[in-house]
Order: sequence, then C-alpha cells, then structure tokens
Amino acid sequence: MEEARRPNQLFRNLNAKFAAIPMVLTALVVFVGGTIWTIVYSFTDSRLLPRENFVGLAQYERLWSSSKWLISIQNLFIYGVCLLIFSLVIGFILAALLDQKIRFENTFRTIFLYPFALSFIVTGLVWQWILNPQFGIEGVVRSWGWTSFSFDPLYNADIVIYGILIAAVWQSTGLIMCLMLAGLRGIDEDIWKAARVDGIPMWKTYLFIVIPMMRPVFITTLVIIASGIVRVYDLVVAQTGGGPGIASEVPAKYVYDAMFLSQNLGQGFAGSTMMLLSVLIVLIPWAYLEFGGKKRG
Amino acid sequence: MAELTLNYAQGDAATRADALAGPAGPKPRRALSRRNIFIYGTLIVVSMYYLLPLYVMIVTSLKGMPEIRMGNIFSPPVEITFEPWVKAWAQACTGLNCEGLSRGFWNSVRITVPSVVLSIAIASINGYALANWRFKGADIFFTILIFGAFIPYQVMLYPIVILLREMGLYGGLYGLILVHSIFGMPILTLLFRNYFTSLPEELFKAARVDGAGFWGIYFKIMLPMSLPIFVVAIILQVTGIWNDFLFGVVYTRPDYYPMTVQLNNIVNSVQGVKEYNVNMAATLLTGLVPLVVYFVSGKLFVRGIAAGAVKG
Repeated sequence: MEEARRPNQLFRNLNAKFAAIPMVLTALVVFVGGTIWTIVYSFTDSRLLPRENFVGLAQYERLWSSSKWLISIQNLFIYGVCLLIFSLVIGFILAALLDQKIRFENTFRTIFLYPFALSFIVTGLVWQWILNPQFGIEGVVRSWGWTSFSFDPLYNADIVIYGILIAAVWQSTGLIMCLMLAGLRGIDEDIWKAARVDGIPMWKTYLFIVIPMMRPVFITTLVIIASGIVRVYDLVVAQTGGGPGIASEVPAKYVYDAMFLSQNLGQGFAGSTMMLLSVLIVLIPWAYLEFGGKKRG
Repeated sequence: MAELTLNYAQGDAATRADALAGPAGPKPRRALSRRNIFIYGTLIVVSMYYLLPLYVMIVTSLKGMPEIRMGNIFSPPVEITFEPWVKAWAQACTGLNCEGLSRGFWNSVRITVPSVVLSIAIASINGYALANWRFKGADIFFTILIFGAFIPYQVMLYPIVILLREMGLYGGLYGLILVHSIFGMPILTLLFRNYFTSLPEELFKAARVDGAGFWGIYFKIMLPMSLPIFVVAIILQVTGIWNDFLFGVVYTRPDYYPMTVQLNNIVNSVQGVKEYNVNMAATLLTGLVPLVVYFVSGKLFVRGIAAGAVKG
C-alpha cells in the first residue's frame, strides 16, 4: 500500500476535482462572493451604477424610514405568520385525513397537489380574476340577491394581503400535505395499535404522540415555508402589482424596484441584506439543531 | 381460552381482547358510517376549493366577452368559442407588440431545454464525484452550496448582473440558461449525491478493480443505473425553470422574455380593454406545460418535490 500512494495529494482524484469545478465556482463566486459583494455595497451610496463611496449606515436609515419598506415588512410579517399557520394546519389535517386508509387517495392527492406545479404568476392571475369585484365572487353573490355583499380583498388596502394569502395557501398547502403524509407514513404502525389498546382517542393520539414524533418533519417543513415566504415576489407582482397604492408591497419587490426600476442600487442592496438577515435568523438555529446536535450525539 | 370466551360475551372487553390479538381479517365497515361521511365530506369540500380556479380558468377561456359581462364566472359557457385561445396564442399584445404568447412559449422552450440538460449534466457528475470520489474539502463546498439554496435570490441578483455583463451574456438567452444552471445546482447535486450514495458500494469497487476510471464508471455503470433519479431531476427542473419569473425578468431583454413574464405583461397591461377570456386562455396556456408534466409523471413528481423539499 505504501508504494501505491501518490506523492502529491493535490493530484489525487484529479478527475473528481475537475468535475467539482462548477460546484466550487458556484459556491465561492456566486453564493459567497455575491453575498459579500451585496453586503459591502449596501454601505455605499450607489445609485444607477455601483460605486465605492461608503456612507456607513445611511442606506439602512433611509430604508427604515421609508413607508414603502415599512409596509413591506408589515405585509411580510402578516403573510408569513398566516401562511405558516394555515399551511401547516391545513396540510397536516389533509394528510391525516388521507392517511385513514381511504379510497381514491391518489385522486385526492393529485387534486391537492396540482396547484404546486403551477407558477406563482399563473396562481396570481387566476385568483386576481376570481377575486375581481365586478365579475368574480363578489359579483356572483350580489347577482344572487345579496346586493350589499362585499368581498374585494384585492381592491381594499386594509385586507389586500389576505387576498394574496388565499392564493398562496391554495398554491402551497399541497406540498405541505405531501411532506406531512410522508411523515405520517413513517410512524410505526405499533404506536397506533398501542394507543388504541390504551383507549386514547384519535385526536389525542395525533396531538400528543404523533405530532411530537414528527418533530423533524415539522422543522424541515418550517424551514422550507419560511425560506419561501421571504422570497415571495411573483405572486404579488401578478396578483396586485403591489397595489392598491403600496398596500401590498413586499420586501422582494421593494428590492427589485429599487435596483432595476428606480435606479437606487444602494437601497436594493440594503433591502436584500435585511432579507438575508431574516433568513439567517431562521436558518442558524435550525442548522444548529440539525447538525450541531448530530455531532454531539 | 376459557377466560377469553367469557370476555367475548361482554361487549366492551371483547374489543379490547380483539385489539390485543390483532386484527384477524378485514374489519367490517359500513360504507356510510359517520366517520366516513366526515372524512369524505371534508375531502370533497376541500377538493372543490382546489379545483375551482382550474375550472374557472377553463370555463372563462371558452366564453365570449359579452357572455362574461352578462353572466357568472362559475357558469359553464353557453356558446363554446376557441377564439380566445387563438387570440392569446397569436395576437395578444404587450405594449405595442402584438405577436401573442407564442413568442414567449418558444423563448421558454429555448431556455428550459438547454438549462435542464446543462444543470442535470453538471449536477449528476458533481453528485457522483461527491458520493464516490470524495476528496479533501469537498464537504465544505457542498455545505456552502446547500446553504446557498436558502439565501434569498435578491442578495445575488446584482452581482450576477455584473458577472453576466463581464461575460457578455447579459440580456440574452445564454445568460439566463447559465443562471438557471447555477441555481439548480444545490438541490440537484444533493439529489444525485444522495442517490449515488445509496447504490451498493461493491459495484463501484468491482468496477475499480476491473480498471474503470472516473468517467468510465460514470457512463457505463452509474448512468444506466440511475434512470429514475434522472427522470425525477428532469421533472423538477422543467417545472421549476418553466415557472420562473424573477430570473427571466432580470436577466433577459424583452425580446427574450420567457412565457411567464410575457403572460404577466399581457394580463396586467394597462392599455386597451381588458379581455378576460383571452387572459384566462393565456394563463392556462402558460400553466399547461407544468400541468401536463405533473399529470403524466404522477408519483415521480411527488418523489421529486419530496427530494426538493429535503434540501438542507
């Protein structure tokens, strides 16, 4: 064995290293390099083009005093909390129902999951049409004789974010249901038998035995939903375009508008850095739990 | 035994004894028990919420404008017309340009096909190298790559604009193809790495003993054995890239806009009279490719998203 060893470590597995070049470039140049670049330039007063005139935290001060950004953050918060709750609860209930050894399970699963195959643009546009006050749900209910009926979330600044939420729940619960179903199928059949023998009602078994056992599934799902929430952009663009006024702006749209429409790169960089920060707040504890725990155990 | 027979007479205890003994044969169940009504009732009501938008899209796209103005969006068309579809495909306007969605469709095809091929080629070789030819430092890059999947795209948008501009690819199709390959890499690499790791190691060792090298093993052994995972990757990438909006709008010129961007521009254009039937036909056309992929692939799609979901 000693003789077979190559003299230089650098040339071991040369082909594998060659094959890994795209990964290394992507990881270092785009992910690490790009992120650092954006963070650094968020401290400059770049406008149409990036330039190295550092102004400290001025961009962040401007960001947090801009009403558009504050509304974006508020919207993201409402949207995020509601989407998390709704998609987890609905997704879990649907998965639990599908797990009752029912007939047509595949049909129901296909129906619940198909919106996930559609883009946010398609989702946004079709819900824009259904929620159209003149011809959509509001119009139909009024034509039945209830003339004072009002349901126009997309044209009412106070509730517009809930209109977007309806579409988002429609698009994404199927995925959550699938993940939960996989988690439920992973639960040992004997647990159910034991619970039944002990006479524990089904809802209690779910709440106190099965859900705690599915903790890893819930955590993964939570991370997936959370990273999707911060990115929400296409849906808003398609459904409301940020309107009425600026009532349905979200951070991702603020960043895009600042960078590519209003030639205000510094604001875009500052905004995207804040988005990164919010993801890290979710990601770091999760990574610590997931990977930090394993090393100890 | 005697005790058991005794218990059998006392209803409640009997079920317990049965449960302990385990089910012997299928449990007789009434089709219309309260439990079943509740389960199926809930599922059917929820199904209606999920199916409603698809139904409304189809129905609206087959109506004429007068019928839409008069009637109810949920009612089926009285007079079926395919004119909105033709119009959406060939004549719908974005600003001054009235070529219809067909241009966006072909752009999307020209973006999706090379992106899928390129990203899968890179990621499968990469995953194979990570699974079977481990080298020092590989794990560090892989971890960075996976973490990169969670970074909001907005953070990397502008640095990539600069990179593409330097390479002379900004605004065209090739730049966008490159971007899709880059952002497909984390999840696809993970997918392939996990799959190749799950293959029996003896196979790899035997091939090594027989003198096969890095590429030989990849093409002659790994590739033929991993068709299912390639199909999963294709499904994942086709739907993902076809549905992309952000990268399309940032990295291409209007001539090369993918279908989603063009669709949004058509429907949300402020000029002219709103033609809801044409809009819905256009929306349906754009959703058709991923829908067909979804309905044809069935279980593999579920596997794909499950794989896509456990990124990290």
